[in-house]
Amino acid sequence: MSERRLGSPLETWGRYGGLVFLAVLCLVPIWVMVGTSFKNEVLIFDGRPVWFFFFPTLDNYEYILTRGKFDRYLVNSIIVGAASTFFTLFFGGLCAYVLARSEFRGRRFVANATLLVRMVPPAVLAVPAFAMVTMFSLKNDLAVLTFFYTALNLPFAIWLLFGFYKQIPMEIEEAAIVDGATAWQVFYRVLLPLMKSGYAVAGIFAFRIAWNEFVLALLLTGRNTRTLPVGAAGFITDTGVEWGRIMAMGTLIVIPPLVFTFFAARQIIAGMTAGAVKG
Amino acid sequence: MAASAAGRLPGRRRPRLDARALTPYWFILPAVLVMAAGLVYPVADALYLSFFDWKIATPFSKADHVGFANYVRMLGDPDVHESLWVTLRFGFWTIVIEMVLGVSLALMLEKPIRGASVFRTIFILPLMVSPVVVGLIWRYLFDARVGWINYYLGLWFGIEPQVWLGVPDLAFFAIVLTDIWQWTPFIFIIVIAGLQALPSEVLEASRIDGANWWQQTFLVKLPMIRSILVIALLMRLIDVFRALEVMYIMTGGGPGRATELLSLHIYNRAFDAQLLGYASAIAVLLIVIVFALSFAILAHGNPMNEKSDV
Repeated sequence: MSERRLGSPLETWGRYGGLVFLAVLCLVPIWVMVGTSFKNEVLIFDGRPVWFFFFPTLDNYEYILTRGKFDRYLVNSIIVGAASTFFTLFFGGLCAYVLARSEFRGRRFVANATLLVRMVPPAVLAVPAFAMVTMFSLKNDLAVLTFFYTALNLPFAIWLLFGFYKQIPMEIEEAAIVDGATAWQVFYRVLLPLMKSGYAVAGIFAFRIAWNEFVLALLLTGRNTRTLPVGAAGFITDTGVEWGRIMAMGTLIVIPPLVFTFFAARQIIAGMTAGAVKG
Repeated sequence: MAASAAGRLPGRRRPRLDARALTPYWFILPAVLVMAAGLVYPVADALYLSFFDWKIATPFSKADHVGFANYVRMLGDPDVHESLWVTLRFGFWTIVIEMVLGVSLALMLEKPIRGASVFRTIFILPLMVSPVVVGLIWRYLFDARVGWINYYLGLWFGIEPQVWLGVPDLAFFAIVLTDIWQWTPFIFIIVIAGLQALPSEVLEASRIDGANWWQQTFLVKLPMIRSILVIALLMRLIDVFRALEVMYIMTGGGPGRATELLSLHIYNRAFDAQLLGYASAIAVLLIVIVFALSFAILAHGNPMNEKSDV
């Protein structure tokens, strides 16, 4: 067993084999979606899987982009995603900073309550949120959706940013305070530049949640305020099941999260493990 | 707030709160307000609504206050029981399989290897795909007529085509498999991070003492990452109670209630059966379960309780 450290070639190949097998398992369903989105109805309904070699068509994309309200949904998703991410980072950053840096009455309560409300299931929010918007006739207002996404995102963002703030040595701030900086200046001029990657991770998570969220979007939006996931789900009931178009829509929805993954995989993994592995 | 109340008391002098001492509160105020209005208030509202018989078509002002009637009904409602049972079964199978798979894969592949970052990027892809899209993809794969799963089962094993999403047990199997595809990588990533953070001296020492691979794994490594495993398990369990989208897309909870997890059950009761008050009572049950699990996580220590000590 002591030779394990060197790793025999056989073992190395075995490990690579295992990794490739798992990678294929992860990728196949995603490829099925992308591939199907480029197939015509005849090929899809033939029922025989074709993996790579078929004549690709852009018909499905053309239909999605021109006949549906894809542009409307896309704009809505971007507005809600960007706005809720901004507010999450802004408010969450302030809160995380104070939790990481100062002692005050109620600090412990805020820290624990934040962790607790992070777990509130969206299904529990559904009825009260629906009651709220019907009572004040706010249906079709993207601001309401932005508000709820900010609320849903804040706990996790605070948690993540807290960890990043804790890694910055106190001495940096102390030096600034000695030089006469106010609390706000310390935060804005000294800490914020050091926190760029922290905010990037928290921002990716916040945007992803807003971009993917479905239940609240389904309940709180109308014809013109639907977001992309609601639009995609609509394809199943509206027009029968047109797999090519559904998969084209799915592919378009998945592009931003996949782009994030390729550019920031390490940071995303750091964010995911932050909750369980104490750093 | 406390300062002004104390100020009105005669004969009691309190040191004035200076602006500096209030600064932390100004910083946390926006976040706390949004979370209070967007998360805490709805939970309280669900509790309030659970005491009313409120149907979707009537305005709330006409709803009857029914006391604990909704809760009494819930206790004897076979549909709620079934949904709870489905949720527990789903949680059991997905979490057991995901933990076993995720942990064993992590143990096999923990050693640093060239190209690890490429593989890790691929492994988190299922986690990044939006749940609605996951539901759509797997609904297609399990489709009775054009689905790939029927095709390959027939080709390789000669199994007759099945109506996967139309038969209770098969539909349940389908949502379990979908969940395993999406979430096993999560366990894998967390466990591997934990394993690689283990101090190498300890492993070295156990090796020198003659521990074989099994002993090292089960007596040294796994016990040392126990708290990670427990937290991963609790987080997955909470997710099971929050899950809704994938089943909504794949089966809508059916056939019957075979795949109707508790969250989806609440949604269907509220907006399909249109019983908002009754659905709120079930939502209260859900929140109690989720908070109980969250307290179990808190018991493991909240990192945010440690102020910067450096």
